Amino acid sequence: MSFPWANEYKPQHPVMQWVDERLPLPRFVYNAIGGGYPVPRNLNYWWNFGVLSGVALMIQIITGIILAMHYYASIDGAFNSVEHIMRDVNGGWFIRYAHMNGASFFFIVVYIHIFRGLFYGSYKAPREMVWLLGVVIFLLMMATGFMGYVLPWGQMSFWGAQVITGFFSAIPVVGEPLRQWLLGGFAPDQAALNRFFSLHYLLPFVILGAIILHVWALHIPGSSNPTGVAVKAESDTVPFHPYYTAKDGFGLGLFLIAFVLVTFFAPNMLGHPDNYIPANPMSTPAHIVPEWYYWPFYAILRAFTVDFAIPFTGIVIIPAKLMGVLAMFGSILLLFFLPWLDTSPVRSGKYRPLFRKFFYVLVFNIGVLGFCGVMPAEEPYVMLSQLAAAYYFAHFLIILPIVSRIEKTAPLPNSITEAVTGKPLETAAA
Amino acid sequence: MATVEQAESMTETVAEDGVRRRDFIHIAAVSWAGVGAAAVALPLLNQMGASADVRALASIEVDVAAIEPGQAIKTSWRKQPVFIRNLTPAEVADANKVAVGTLRDPQTLAERTKPGKENWLVTMGVCTHLGCVPLGAAAGEVKGEFGGYFCPCHGSHYDTAGRIRKGPAPLNLQVPEFAFISDTVVKIG
Amino acid sequence: MVRLIAGLVGLFFSGMLLISFVTGAYTAVTEPVAPTVESQFHKHPKKVSFKHDGPFGSYDKAQLQRGLKVYAEVCSACHSLNQVAFRNFEDLGYSEDEVKAIAKGWKTEVPSINPETGEPATRPGLPSDKIPSPYANETAARAANNNALPPDLSLMTKARHNGPAYVYSLLTGYQAVPANLPKESRPGTGLHYNPYFANLNLAMAPPLTGDDQVTFDDGTKATKDQMATDVAAFLTWTAEPKMEARKTAGWASLIFLIIFTALCYLSYRTIWADKKH
Repeated sequence: MSFPWANEYKPQHPVMQWVDERLPLPRFVYNAIGGGYPVPRNLNYWWNFGVLSGVALMIQIITGIILAMHYYASIDGAFNSVEHIMRDVNGGWFIRYAHMNGASFFFIVVYIHIFRGLFYGSYKAPREMVWLLGVVIFLLMMATGFMGYVLPWGQMSFWGAQVITGFFSAIPVVGEPLRQWLLGGFAPDQAALNRFFSLHYLLPFVILGAIILHVWALHIPGSSNPTGVAVKAESDTVPFHPYYTAKDGFGLGLFLIAFVLVTFFAPNMLGHPDNYIPANPMSTPAHIVPEWYYWPFYAILRAFTVDFAIPFTGIVIIPAKLMGVLAMFGSILLLFFLPWLDTSPVRSGKYRPLFRKFFYVLVFNIGVLGFCGVMPAEEPYVMLSQLAAAYYFAHFLIILPIVSRIEKTAPLPNSITEAVTGKPLETAAA
Repeated sequence: MATVEQAESMTETVAEDGVRRRDFIHIAAVSWAGVGAAAVALPLLNQMGASADVRALASIEVDVAAIEPGQAIKTSWRKQPVFIRNLTPAEVADANKVAVGTLRDPQTLAERTKPGKENWLVTMGVCTHLGCVPLGAAAGEVKGEFGGYFCPCHGSHYDTAGRIRKGPAPLNLQVPEFAFISDTVVKIG
Repeated sequence: MVRLIAGLVGLFFSGMLLISFVTGAYTAVTEPVAPTVESQFHKHPKKVSFKHDGPFGSYDKAQLQRGLKVYAEVCSACHSLNQVAFRNFEDLGYSEDEVKAIAKGWKTEVPSINPETGEPATRPGLPSDKIPSPYANETAARAANNNALPPDLSLMTKARHNGPAYVYSLLTGYQAVPANLPKESRPGTGLHYNPYFANLNLAMAPPLTGDDQVTFDDGTKATKDQMATDVAAFLTWTAEPKMEARKTAGWASLIFLIIFTALCYLSYRTIWADKKH
C-alpha cells in the first residue's frame, strides 16, 4: 500500500525497462527507498538513525565475512588467529577494529532509533508490527553481539560465555541440562566456540531478513513523524528520494566521522583490557563486565538480591538468581506489549507533557542502570541499581498505562503541512 | 501514482533554477562518495593476498651431501615441493646432447644449473601444465620417456635437465632462485 | 486485561526490587563494609609521556630499540613475547641483516627436531620465527618461578588499563612495605610489595635493580627510569605494531569524510531549498 500520490516508477533506460518488465526489482527499490515512497516532510534528525542502523549492519556483515576468512574457531587457535589478523593480514588491523567498534556503533544508532520510537510513539497503531519486528531485531542483535564477543577467546570472552550461559542454570529442573546442551559440555570449550562462530555468522543474515520485514511493515502505513499526526495530503509528504536520501547522506557523513574517530584513534576505548589476555578457565578476572551495550540489563540481573519467599516459613518460591534472570529477559520482552500498555491516542511526546517528563526520567534511569552495570557489585551501586530497575519496570508496566489514561494532552496540529508552514492544509496545498 | 501535474511542475522548477550549479553539487557529492567506496574497497580486497607471515617464510638451506649421483630428494619450499637431483655423468651428457633449438622451451642444462655444479639440478616439483607433482624424484618412481620426470596427471615428460619434452606442459620445470653457500649446502629462496 | 496483568507483573518486580533495596540499605547501615586493603593502598599508574601518545604520535625508533635491549637482556629471561616475530624488528629500524643477526644470536634457541633422528632439538632463530619462549611450557615456567606464571608480554600494554604507564609504574614502583599495611596483606615468601599491582603483592622480584644494568648502543644513560620508560614504549609497540599506519589512515579518512559530509550537507540544503520543513 502507499499513498495515491506516490510517484510511479518510470524506467529511464530501455535496459531498466526490459529488466522491470521481467523482474520488477528496480520498481521495488524505487517504491521502497526511492522517489516512489512518500515520506512526511517534517522528519527531524532523529529519523536518520533507522537508515544508519542498516548501514551499521552492512559494515558488520562485510567486515565480518572478511574476518571469517582469517579466523580459526579453535580454543587453541582463536586468540592467535585474531592477533594474526591484527599483525600479519594485509590491513587486517583495520578490518578487525572496524568490526569490533562497528558492533558498538550499531548498538549506539539502534538505541537512539529505539528511544526515538519511544518518544514519538512510533509503536502505536497502525505501526505495532514495525515495533514488534524491531524488538525481534534487537533481541537477535544482542544474541549476535554476545556470541561475537566470545570468538576472540580472551578472558572476557570465556567468562562472558560462562556467566551468560549460567543464566539458564537458574531455570528450575531443566536449567543445568539446558546449559550443558547450549555449551556442548560442562564449561565453555571447543564445542561452544564452534557453535557460537557458526551462529554468529548466521544470525546477521537473519537480522537482515528481519530488517526487510521491519521496513516492509513500515511501508504499509508509511513513516510516522514528529507531530504524530497522520499524513493527510500530498503536501504533507516529500518523495524519499532525493529529499531523504540527501539528508541521510549528510547523517551518514556525521556517523562515519564519529566511527572513524573511535576506530582509528581510540579503537580499544569501548573494549575491556582483559580480552587481550587469552582465555584461562582456571582463573576468573577480578571484575567481569559485559560490553557496554548490555550494562543496563546486567544491572537489572544483579539487582535482585532477595528470594521471593513466603515470610517466616523459609519456603522459597523464586530464588533471587532466577528473579534476576526473569527480570533481565522481562525487561526486553515487556517492549513487545508496549503498544497495548500506552493507550494514549496522541502519538508524539511533543504533545504529551506528562509522558514527556517520565520519558526523560526513563532515559536518565537507563543511564543510571548502565552505570551500575559497569560498576562492581558493591554498595552503593547495588542499591542504586535496585531503585533504577524498580523504576524501569514501573515506568513501562504501571506508569505508562496510568499516564496515558489521566494525561491532558496539548492540542495537535490539524496536519503536518499546518505544523510546518503555519497555514491550514487547504490553503497551503492550493 | 504520479499525477501528470506533478511531473510537469517538477520539470518546470528544474528548468527555472540554473540546472548546472544545482546539479554540480549533487554530482560532486556522489562522485566523492564513489572515490571513498573505491578507497575502502582496496583494503577489503587486499586482505586476501598473502599475509606478512606467509611472505616472510624464509629461504631454506638443504644439505645435499648425502645425495648420491642418480638420486634425488624432495624438499618443501613455500609449501611447494622442490626436487634436488644429483645427475650422473651419463644424464648430464644426455641433457647436453639435445639440440636446444628443437625444444619447446629452449634452455641448456648450464643455464639451469650453477657453474661448476652442472650435476646439481634444482627444480620446483610442480608440473607447468596444471600444477601436479611429477614422479621421478623418489627411488623407483617412473622417470618418463626421457629419464627425467613424468607427470601422471596428463602425461608430461621432462628430461634429465627438467625440460619439457613431450606432453601438454608448456614450460620446463621452474628453477627456483638458489645458490650453493658451501660445497654441500644449497640455499633455496 | 493486558494492562492489568502488566500492572501486577510491574508491581511484583518493582516490589521485589524495593524489598531488595530496603534489605540492602538495612545491611549497609547495620554492617558497614570496611574498605578493602587494595582500595586503600593500590595506586593508579604514574603519569608518563611518550612520543607515540596522541593522535599524531609516532614511535621513537631509538627508544624502541633501547626497549628491545631491555626486554632481551632482562625481561626475556622469564617472559615470552610469543606474538612477535624477529622479522617484525625491521619496524624498529633494523636492517634485514641486523634482524638476521638478532635472530641468530637470541639467547633462547627455537625448538626444532634433529633431522636425522627426529629427537627434540633446538636451532638458532630465523627472521621468520616467533620469539622463542624462555620456558618449554606452562609447567616448566611455574616450576622455575615458585609456581607463579610469568605472563606473555606481547599484549601486556593493551591488557591493562593505561598499559604503558602501568608497565612503567610497576617496574619503578617497588617499595618498602608500609608500616600500616595489615598483617594478612603483607607480602609472603617470594612476594614483593608493589602498590601498582592489583593485589599489592607481586611474585616478580624487582627486575630493574640499578643504573647501567644494560648498555644502550646509542649511548643513552641506562637509568632505572630510562630503562622502564623504554621497555614500556617497546611493549606498546609489541601490542600495537600497526599504530602509525592506523593514525595515518585515520587522518586520511577523516579529511575525506569532512569533505564528504560538507558536500552532502550542501546537496541536502539545495534539495530542500524550496521545501519548508
